[in-house]
Amino acid sequence: MEATWLDLGPITQIEPGMAATLPVIGGEEIAVFHTMRGEFYALVNKCPHRQGPLSQGIVHGDSVTCPLHNWRISLKSGKALGGDEGCVPTIPLKIDCGRIYLLRESVVGQKAA
Amino acid sequence: MNAPMTFDSARPAREKLVVIGNGMAGCRAVEEILERDRERFDVVIFGAEPRVNYNRIMLSPILAGEKTFDEIVLNTAEWYAENDIELVSGDPVDHIDRERKTVVSRSGRVEPYDKLLIATGSDPFIIPVPGRDLPGVVTFRDLDDVDKMLAAAAQGGNAVVIGGGLLGLEAAHGLSLRGMNVTVIHLMPTLMERQLDEAAGWLLKQELERRGQTILTGADTEEIIGKDGHVGAVRLKDGREIPADIVVMAVGIRPATMLAKTGGLECERGILVDDHMVTSDPDVLAVGECVQHRGQCYGLVAPLWEMCRALADHLTERKLDGSSGYAGSVTSTKLKVSGIDVFSAGDFSGGDESEDIVMRDAARGVYKRLVLKENRIVGAVLYGDTADGNWYFDLLRKEEDVADMREGLIFGQAFALGGGALADPNAAIAALSDDAEICGCNGVSKGKVVQCILGGAASLDAVRSTCKASASCGSCTGLVESLLTLTLGDEVQTGASTMCKCTSFGHDDVRRLILEKELKAIPQVMQELHWTTPDGCASCRPALNYYLLCAWPGEYEDDQKSRFVNERLHANIQKDGTYSVVPRMWGGLTTPQELRAIADVVEKFDARMVKVTGGQRLDIFGVRKEDLPAVWADLGAAGMVSGHAYGKSLRTVKTCVGSEWCRFGTQDSTGLGVKLEQMSWGSWMPHKFKMAVSGCPRNCAEATIKDFGVVCVDSGYELHIGGNGGIKVRATDLLCKVATEEEALETCAAFIQLYREDAHYLERTAPWLERKGLEWIKARMFDDPDAVRRLAARFRHSQQFMQDDPWAKRAAGERRDLHSHLATVVPAGMEYA
Repeated sequence: MEATWLDLGPITQIEPGMAATLPVIGGEEIAVFHTMRGEFYALVNKCPHRQGPLSQGIVHGDSVTCPLHNWRISLKSGKALGGDEGCVPTIPLKIDCGRIYLLRESVVGQKAA
Repeated sequence: MNAPMTFDSARPAREKLVVIGNGMAGCRAVEEILERDRERFDVVIFGAEPRVNYNRIMLSPILAGEKTFDEIVLNTAEWYAENDIELVSGDPVDHIDRERKTVVSRSGRVEPYDKLLIATGSDPFIIPVPGRDLPGVVTFRDLDDVDKMLAAAAQGGNAVVIGGGLLGLEAAHGLSLRGMNVTVIHLMPTLMERQLDEAAGWLLKQELERRGQTILTGADTEEIIGKDGHVGAVRLKDGREIPADIVVMAVGIRPATMLAKTGGLECERGILVDDHMVTSDPDVLAVGECVQHRGQCYGLVAPLWEMCRALADHLTERKLDGSSGYAGSVTSTKLKVSGIDVFSAGDFSGGDESEDIVMRDAARGVYKRLVLKENRIVGAVLYGDTADGNWYFDLLRKEEDVADMREGLIFGQAFALGGGALADPNAAIAALSDDAEICGCNGVSKGKVVQCILGGAASLDAVRSTCKASASCGSCTGLVESLLTLTLGDEVQTGASTMCKCTSFGHDDVRRLILEKELKAIPQVMQELHWTTPDGCASCRPALNYYLLCAWPGEYEDDQKSRFVNERLHANIQKDGTYSVVPRMWGGLTTPQELRAIADVVEKFDARMVKVTGGQRLDIFGVRKEDLPAVWADLGAAGMVSGHAYGKSLRTVKTCVGSEWCRFGTQDSTGLGVKLEQMSWGSWMPHKFKMAVSGCPRNCAEATIKDFGVVCVDSGYELHIGGNGGIKVRATDLLCKVATEEEALETCAAFIQLYREDAHYLERTAPWLERKGLEWIKARMFDDPDAVRRLAARFRHSQQFMQDDPWAKRAAGERRDLHSHLATVVPAGMEYA
């Protein structure tokens, strides 16, 4: 089956170093990150530690520091870094003609996973 | 006996190859084909421009006046003639008929084909703003565009370039050299953000500004305004208007797929091709910027050459180099602006297993960053010194293992491959003579540093304070550390702790250097002080943001992305991800109107709990981030402002009722508390800061466990400092006693400012006082009779920029992005569930 992508609109909605949120009815809220180096990533918006909203953390390099207890999470893999153990699901994302797209099945199907 | 055959009939019938696009891709493909088989095709090339093929990437030097058109022609009229190629120029193809296997040109010419090659390149992207069709709005794609720009430049005046990418900056450079007053408008905060990181982008911006261009980053164009039927100005979304006699639209390109699409070929972003550049129709091929190969579209010239080779191998069934098709390209970028060296290649977004090597040389304006993964270079950004760009790019493409030269890699090819002694920095430094200069800033030689180490300076910090080596910009820190190791071996002491792992400097040094070197932006601090990471970490970013805010009140613009969530959202995050909201209650006083407004907010927004805080105010719990602006609007309407319960800033001023009501009260403690709070609210501090005023020594307001506490007595006011009721309870020390309210206020302002200017970020007054000593604080405040006045004046100066209610601004719509969702996903069928 061909992959379908959800269009979240222009990349300019998220300034570098920041993140935006995407609630999913019946699923987990997703955080979309724009790093200072211009890369975009999407993760479930829940720290593996105590479910802190990663979207509200400080973004540096390609990691985010959770606002609740300073766990550092890799935006690429969703894995906790620096000796902590845990992983948060990542959502495939692509940028096309200046717009952000998320893989639909990963967005709506994440609860079942 | 057979009749002799004529030459013509002896030659097998040639296939007809029609090429759409007389640009670099189309012509190069034909050259590659001819090189493999001169006899196979009759070639017809259609070009939209009325001229021969030229080197499009050289348009920038033409605009800048460094080249002429003749110098950039790639295929002359003779080339077409010698190779029997028919060039149809100025008559673009309008339609492809794949059933009849023909193309139809605009003039109605019908050309049959056996094989069709689409090389239509890309179209400039035009942002859909009003006024985009006005005369004087041009793109930067072909020679006609350059002619229009040159005509405009001949008149002088103002040029606005929309787009701070590679092309936009080259256009801006050319127009600037031609004497125009140039403004670059860039949507993103970093120039060339696709090729550069924040650090390199900042250096580039500085240099362009130094050359007289105006660079507006984070600027969103709203409208291009006409004047007398011609472009007159550009208006930004924030209301600014920039006069313009010409507007160059250079925001990007997209593959030109229109012909392919209407011809029924499969397209996504570009025309889909396989590894042999064949489209969904086996007789139609495509090459260049119009194609999409393995999900990638390219906007650079280098991939063309590889694509054209693969295409020619396939079409002629002759492989020149034994390759098996096109496998995609790794690209590198160089900015063609004379005197500015910028190089970028590969993936510099980092990753779990990747590591950065960063080298900065502030004196030469150099920033180099290599990204390594499993001992291989995967990305490189170079600014100011790009001599080794091609070497790094070569190592990157060949995926060469660089483990053996890792130490010297960042210093370039000559150093890293210098072999033996040179590849080991310690050995290289040991080989230096005693009079070799180690620290350029302070003129310290190797001999002096070694002498200083032998004299007892056993740590980096000790060396810095003794002989000043590496005490200024820090770029020689590595050299000094090597000398410590060479001289003392294992006996080197790790000195005072550094701010974080991104720098070799401690907090005090960073604060001092920000002032000394007049550093006024985070990327500037990182460059000048040789940060070892490209954009810092969650420890140093908020600290630097505070230090800059404190050092340059009114000048430095607060960096939201360097703020902890609570300070970014002006509310306190709770464990469930909702927020709590604490409006300010001056000195703990409130009114029926305020209480009503709070009660209404609690009900309206379904807040789950209201609690009286220890700081004598009310905390509303369970507010969602998207409701915060509306909550603040309602509270603001009742006259309330932010209580900064979330900030490294003034929190509360707790008071007792004092002489107005209490039979023991000696002074108006409530009134003084209100005045203290009105004086100091809104100020950012190294950490949170709490105050209290008790009306008598019974101390009902608990003033002696506050950062600044006032205990009123009959004869005046005792001022106490450095108390803390947290994990480690600490009672205050008595700072002084004053006779009047005015003196109490003035001394408080001075103390706060001393704390603001001296303490380390995240250091409360209690540990700060213990580190510095009460006597030091007293000396700083009272030795010079004018010190209190000067400190207080600096505090008041800073406060005029700080006392701006952040809630009111957010309620009015500022930074709405921080409080809203991108969208909400409702899976199909959910609506009915």
